[in-house]
Amino acid sequence: MTTTMKPMFHSDINQGNAESEQGANVSSNTQAVNAIEIKNLNFFYGSFQGLKNINLNILERKVTAFIGPSGCGKSTLLRTLNRMYDLYPGQRAEGEISFYNENILEPGNDVNLLRSRIGMVFQKPTPFPMSIYENIAFGVRLYERLSKAEMDERVEWALNKAALWNESKDKLNQSGLSLSGGQQQRLCIARGVAVKPSVLLLDEPTSALDPISTAKIEELINELKKDYTIAIVTHNMQQAARVSDFTAYMYLGELIEYGKTDQIFIKPAKKETEDYITGRFG
Amino acid sequence: MNDRHLSSQFDEDLNSLCSKLLQMGGMVESQIEVAMRGFSESNIDLCEQVIEREKSVNSLEVEIDSACAEIIARRQPTARDLRLVMAISKAITNLERAGDEAERVAKRSKRIIEQAPNYKINAAEIKLSGQMAIDLLRQSLDCFARLDAVAAAQVVQDDKQIDEEFRGFVRKLITYMAEDPKMISTGLDLLFIAKAIERVGDHAKNIAEFVIYIVKGADVRHVPHDDLVREATK
Repeated sequence: MTTTMKPMFHSDINQGNAESEQGANVSSNTQAVNAIEIKNLNFFYGSFQGLKNINLNILERKVTAFIGPSGCGKSTLLRTLNRMYDLYPGQRAEGEISFYNENILEPGNDVNLLRSRIGMVFQKPTPFPMSIYENIAFGVRLYERLSKAEMDERVEWALNKAALWNESKDKLNQSGLSLSGGQQQRLCIARGVAVKPSVLLLDEPTSALDPISTAKIEELINELKKDYTIAIVTHNMQQAARVSDFTAYMYLGELIEYGKTDQIFIKPAKKETEDYITGRFG
Repeated sequence: MNDRHLSSQFDEDLNSLCSKLLQMGGMVESQIEVAMRGFSESNIDLCEQVIEREKSVNSLEVEIDSACAEIIARRQPTARDLRLVMAISKAITNLERAGDEAERVAKRSKRIIEQAPNYKINAAEIKLSGQMAIDLLRQSLDCFARLDAVAAAQVVQDDKQIDEEFRGFVRKLITYMAEDPKMISTGLDLLFIAKAIERVGDHAKNIAEFVIYIVKGADVRHVPHDDLVREATK
């Protein structure tokens, strides 16, 4: 892939000229803005290339899902978006990830600030071993100086955003680890939104959860996208179909197809995508 | 479908669904053929046979629809699998209605045979368009079996000839009835038969449009014919 992949609309596919639309903002009719523009991104684990020339735009206040078989690079891509890979020696990214016109791959960038603007929630719930209240306040204190009253307000706001307030308001001083798995994951989401990021990265956020907790998180994603740009990696294709506006299919480190979720699941343009989502031998 | 799913049971479920649709198609085709023979040969037994067998067409429709729902519930089909299941569910509705039309032809023919066996209206157009409708339905089912979008576009085109025959017959019938009002009752029976045949052609056309949807992913219902051909051939 040498050209930027943008979500393709049905008519683009029909005319077979999606490539020629590349220069235009395909979403101009819906006033959508690109929160993140990925250009010619390559990623290396030492000598192994995990991502190969990825070009794609993530639209503001939309849910973008990344699907693909294990090892296809979808989690790697997510981890480059807030430079989570910086924590590991030998891993490096080349190319450009433009976050509201600022290349986050530039060496001089403050990654802590970056991660407060692009938050991340992992596969397994990772509450800190402290109270529910502190789980949320801890991150906020890193970036902001708030009074007790303001902090109380922020904690309640974040727990409300994560649809956890009603279940936790009477036990804010109890350990975050005392919550159920689904509640812990919502606590992590609350922690993520508490610092008011503009993008939330969700790396298989429900793969360790039961169907009811999963449904709550999915409902939450739907609520959160009113305020946040969300990128989600999931192994569950039905989940991608349910929650996302745009879907990217990746295979062996390459972006194979990127388009509106309806189009990907009803009429994918590429045979590889179709083989994967219909469960065929590829 | 040459390529297989990772789940062989899913393949079997889809194949069985396709086979049942074709079985139902064959049944409806035969219903129309027998009904037309009942009409052409003034054979009351054939007409009654069609009326009797209509029930089994209906029960097959219910069976296939329930199999479609089961696949959706258990497999959550996507892409062309989804289009296939959706199209089958709609195609059987068309087949069931084509079966109803065969029954209508049989009932009206029976009435004519019983009440006016020696009518003097030339019904050559009915016989001709009846054969055309049977051929068209068979072709649409062939297109389905082979997933041939180009041939399906031809079926949609050919349906226009049946419509033309129907209009020609109506014009002629009006003349007959105007000349001899005693013929009106039989004339109306013939009109209903001709209309039923014309509807069979429409159902065959709809099935052909579903074939294009399965293969190309384009919904070509209610689009100009040129656009339909473009979608089917690209």
